[in-house]
Amino acid sequence: MKKLIPLGLIRGWVWQIIGTAFGVGLVTGIRVLMHLPPWKAEPSAVVGGLFGALFFIYGVGVFDDWILWASGRESPDHGDEMKLGWRRFFGPSNNHKTIGVQYLALSLLLFTIAGIFALIFRVKLAVPGSKLLTPTEYNTLMSLHGIVMIISVLIGISAFMNYVVPMLIGARDMVFPRLNAFSFWIAVPAGEILLSSLFMGGFDTGWTGYPPLSAQAPLGMQMFFLGVSLASFSSILSALNVLATVIRLRAKGMTPFRMPIFVWAAIATSIISLTATQLIGLSFQMVMLQRLLGMGFFDPIKGGNPILFQYLFWFYSHPAVYVFVLPGLGIISELLPVFVRKPLYGYKWVAMSSLAIALAGFLVWGHHMFAAGMAEYLRDPFMVSTLLVAVPTGVKFFSWVATIWRGKITFPTPMLFVLASILVFLLGGLSGPPNATVSTDLQLNNTYYIVGHFHDALYGGYVFPFFAAIYYWFPKMTGKRMSEKLGKLQFWLMVPSFTVMSLLMMRIGLLGMRRRVSDYDPALGFQADMMVMTIMSFLTALGVLVFFINLFLTLKRGEAATGNVWNSRSPEWLVPSPMPLHNYDQELEVVGEPYDYGLKDSPYVRFHGESEDGRNQ
Amino acid sequence: MKHFFSIAVLILASTFAIHAGMIDLHLLPKQASLQAVSIDQLFAIYMWATAFVFSLIVVPLVYSLILYRRRKGETGDGAHITGNSTLEIAWTVVPLIAVIYLAYLGAQSLAEIRRIDQTAMVVKVIAGQWYFQFQYPDYGFSSPELHLPVNRQVDLQMTSNDVIHSFFVPEFRLKQDILPGRTTELRITPTSIGSYTVSCAQLCGANHAYMRATVKVDSQQDFDAWVASQKATAGQNPVLVGEQLAQQYGCAVCHSVDGSKGNGPTWKGLYQSQVSLTDGTKVTADQTYLLNSITNPNLQIVAGFSPNVMPQTYGQTLSKDQVSALLAYLESIK
Repeated sequence: MKKLIPLGLIRGWVWQIIGTAFGVGLVTGIRVLMHLPPWKAEPSAVVGGLFGALFFIYGVGVFDDWILWASGRESPDHGDEMKLGWRRFFGPSNNHKTIGVQYLALSLLLFTIAGIFALIFRVKLAVPGSKLLTPTEYNTLMSLHGIVMIISVLIGISAFMNYVVPMLIGARDMVFPRLNAFSFWIAVPAGEILLSSLFMGGFDTGWTGYPPLSAQAPLGMQMFFLGVSLASFSSILSALNVLATVIRLRAKGMTPFRMPIFVWAAIATSIISLTATQLIGLSFQMVMLQRLLGMGFFDPIKGGNPILFQYLFWFYSHPAVYVFVLPGLGIISELLPVFVRKPLYGYKWVAMSSLAIALAGFLVWGHHMFAAGMAEYLRDPFMVSTLLVAVPTGVKFFSWVATIWRGKITFPTPMLFVLASILVFLLGGLSGPPNATVSTDLQLNNTYYIVGHFHDALYGGYVFPFFAAIYYWFPKMTGKRMSEKLGKLQFWLMVPSFTVMSLLMMRIGLLGMRRRVSDYDPALGFQADMMVMTIMSFLTALGVLVFFINLFLTLKRGEAATGNVWNSRSPEWLVPSPMPLHNYDQELEVVGEPYDYGLKDSPYVRFHGESEDGRNQ
Repeated sequence: MKHFFSIAVLILASTFAIHAGMIDLHLLPKQASLQAVSIDQLFAIYMWATAFVFSLIVVPLVYSLILYRRRKGETGDGAHITGNSTLEIAWTVVPLIAVIYLAYLGAQSLAEIRRIDQTAMVVKVIAGQWYFQFQYPDYGFSSPELHLPVNRQVDLQMTSNDVIHSFFVPEFRLKQDILPGRTTELRITPTSIGSYTVSCAQLCGANHAYMRATVKVDSQQDFDAWVASQKATAGQNPVLVGEQLAQQYGCAVCHSVDGSKGNGPTWKGLYQSQVSLTDGTKVTADQTYLLNSITNPNLQIVAGFSPNVMPQTYGQTLSKDQVSALLAYLESIK
C-alpha cells in the first residue's frame, strides 16, 4: 500500500474510511447480538468516528516505527526526507521543522474556515430580522466558529512551539520525534470530525456545550465532543514533548535565565496544557456517555447536576485562555528587543510573570459562573483570585514599555504586528477586571461585552503575535522574505477595523446586547453598530486575504533572504536560511545573555570551531 | 527629566479626555433598580481606572515610538538598559494593592446588591423553551408578563422546565441563570416606573434570541389594579385562557396567527383544514390532530418543517385543563 499511494495523507483517508466502516460494523454487530434494532445513528457515528481517527493515524504511517520496535526490529533511518520535496509535508515526518510547518498549514486552514463561518453569520446579523440562516443554522455556525478557532489556535501554538523551541535552545530536534508526529496527525481527524458536525444536524450550544441543552442537541453535538476530545490529545502530548525537550536538550551553558524568553512562555503554556486539558476532554466525554448510555451525570432527573459540568469545563477552559495568549505574549517579548535594539527590560520578571499567570490561571475558573447559580460563598474568593491575574499581566506591559524606552526603533511588518498586539491585548486586559468583580459581571456576563473582551484578548494575545511570528520566522522556514508592502497593507486593513469592531462589541454589550443571539430586536437601537461591525469584520478578513496573497507570491517569487534578516542575536539567525535539516552542524554553547543589544563584544552563543571574535574559521 | 514631565502631563490629559469620552458615549442603559445604583458606582470607578491605566501604558509607548524611532542613516543599537529591581517591585506591589482594594470594593458592592428585605414580594419564575412564566403565589395567578410594584424588593424564585435559561434585564443590571431541577434566586428592587424587557441570556436552543417577556414596573396603585384584573379574568373564558397560555409557553414565538411563516406552521385557519405531512399523506386538522401536535409533536410532521424543533415536554408540563383551553383557542383562530 505504501508503494501504491505515495502520500501519507491519502493513505490515511483510505484507512479512515475502512476504520469508520469497522466502527459502524462493530456497533451494529453488538446491537444484533443484544437483540436490538441493528441500526442506530448516534453510537455508530461516535464509534465509527473514533476508529476512523485511529485507522487514519495508522494509515498515515505514524505507528510504523513503534510497530517495528515492538516486534523487535530496527526502524529505518528517516534522515533523507528532504529528498521528498513538498511531499514531505503530506506524510509522517519526525522532523520538528516539518511538523511545525504542517501544524502551521493546518492552523491556517482551520482559521480560514472558522473565519468564513463568522463572515456568514455576520451578514445575517447586519440587519435585524434577516432570514439568511435559520436559527439552528446560525447557532451551528456560531458554535463552530468558536470551537474551530480554538482548535486552530491550539494548533497554531503547537506550530510555533515545535518550529521555534528546538532552534532557540540549540537542539537538533524535539526529544520525542515520533510522539511529535502522532500529536500532529491526531489533530487532522479531530478537525475533520469536528467539521463533520456541520453535516450531521449541527449543534446549537455554543462552544461551551452546556448540558442539558447539549444532551438533547442533534447528532452533530457528538461529533463536536469527539473532535475536541481527540484534539485534546494533540495538545497534551505536544505539551509533554515541549517540556521534556526544554528540560533535556538545552545547549551547553543555557541556564534557565539565559533561555530565550519565548521558551519560558512555551514552558508556562505547556504546564497548563499538560495538566488541565484532560478536564475538557473529560467533561465532554461525560456528556457523550450521558447521551450514548444514559449515564445521568448532568441530568437533574437522574440526580445529576448541570453545574458540575461547568466546573469541569471551566477548570480547563479558563486556563486555556492563558494557553492561547502566553505564547503570543512570549513572541512579543522575544521580538521587541530585536526591533528596538535594546535588552528586554526585566528579563527575569517577564519570565516569572508567565509562570505566575499560568499558576494564578488555575484558581480563577469560577468567574465564568458568577451568574450560573454557584454557591454564594464562592463568589468572593473567585473574584479576588481573578483580579490577581492583573498583577503579572501588568508586569509584562510595564516591561514592554520600558524596553521600548530609549531604543532605536524600526517598524518592519513583524514589529507593527507586535505593537498592534500590545495595544489590542491592553484593551483585552483592561476590559477584564469588570468581569472579575461579581456585581458588574452580573450586567456583563453573556453579553457582547464578553465577546469583545475575549476577541481583544485573543487578537492581542494570539492572532497579531502569530502574524508577527510568521513574518519574522518566514525567511528561516523558506529562505525568502515576505513582501513588506503587502504586509503593511494587511496591517492597516486588519488592525484598525478589528479594533473598531471589538470596541463596538463592548459598547453594545454594556448596553445589554446578549451574546449568541441569531436575531435582535430593532427596538434596542443597535442596527448601526451591528452593520458597522459586519463591515469591519469583512475588512479584517480582507487583511487575512492579503496575507495569503503575500504568502503565495513570496513562495512563488519572493526576495531571497538567507542571512540574518533582522540582525538578531538569537542562534537560529546565525546559521543560513532555510534552516538546515538538523539545525546546527556545530555544537553550540551559550556564553552570554540573550538580549544584550547595545553592549559591544557580548555574543549570546558561540559555535565550536569558532574563533574568539565570533567569526567562523 | 523633561521627558518624564511631559509624559506625566500627557498621561493626565489623556486620562481626562478618555474618561470624558466614555461619559459622553453613555455606555450604560437606564438605571432602574436599587441594585443598579451600587453596580454603577463600581462601573464609574472602572471608567476612571481604565482611562488611567490605558494612558499610563499607551502614552509612554507612543511617546517613545516617536522620540526613539530610527532616523535615516542612523546605525547602532539603543541604550544597554537591562532592568531595575526597585522599579519592577514597585510596578508589582502598587498594582497588587490596587487590585486588593478593588476586590474589597467589589465585595462591598456584592454585599449591597444581595441585601435581603424581609418584606420582599415573592414571584416564581418558570422558564422553558422558549417562554417565561411568572407565578404570583401571594395572589394565586400566573402571567406571561412580569408586573412589579415600584420601590419594593421582589424575590424571584426561578426554575426551568428543560434546559438552562437566564433572567436578564439590562436596566436592572442583574442576571441569574435559571436551572432545571433547582431553584435559583434573584432579588431586585425596581426604582423607576416604566416598561422593560426580560430576555434569556443563556443560549437555550433554536429560538433563544426570541425568548423575551415584558416587565412592567408600576406604581403601587396600578399594580394593585392589575392584580385585581388578573384575579378577575383568571380561569374564565377558555379561549382567553388559551391565548394567554400560548403567550406564556412561547407557542406564539414559532406559530403565527396571521398566516406568516415561522419555525412552526401558522395557526391561522388551521382547525378543520387539510394538512400535508412529510410522509406525503394528508390529514384533517381535527381535535385529535391538534391534541397530538401539542403532546406528541413528532408523531405527525407538517411538510416543510423538521421534527425535534418543537419541545416534546408539553404532554407533561401542561395540565388537562390547560390543554383543553389551548385547543379552544386554536379552534377559534379563523
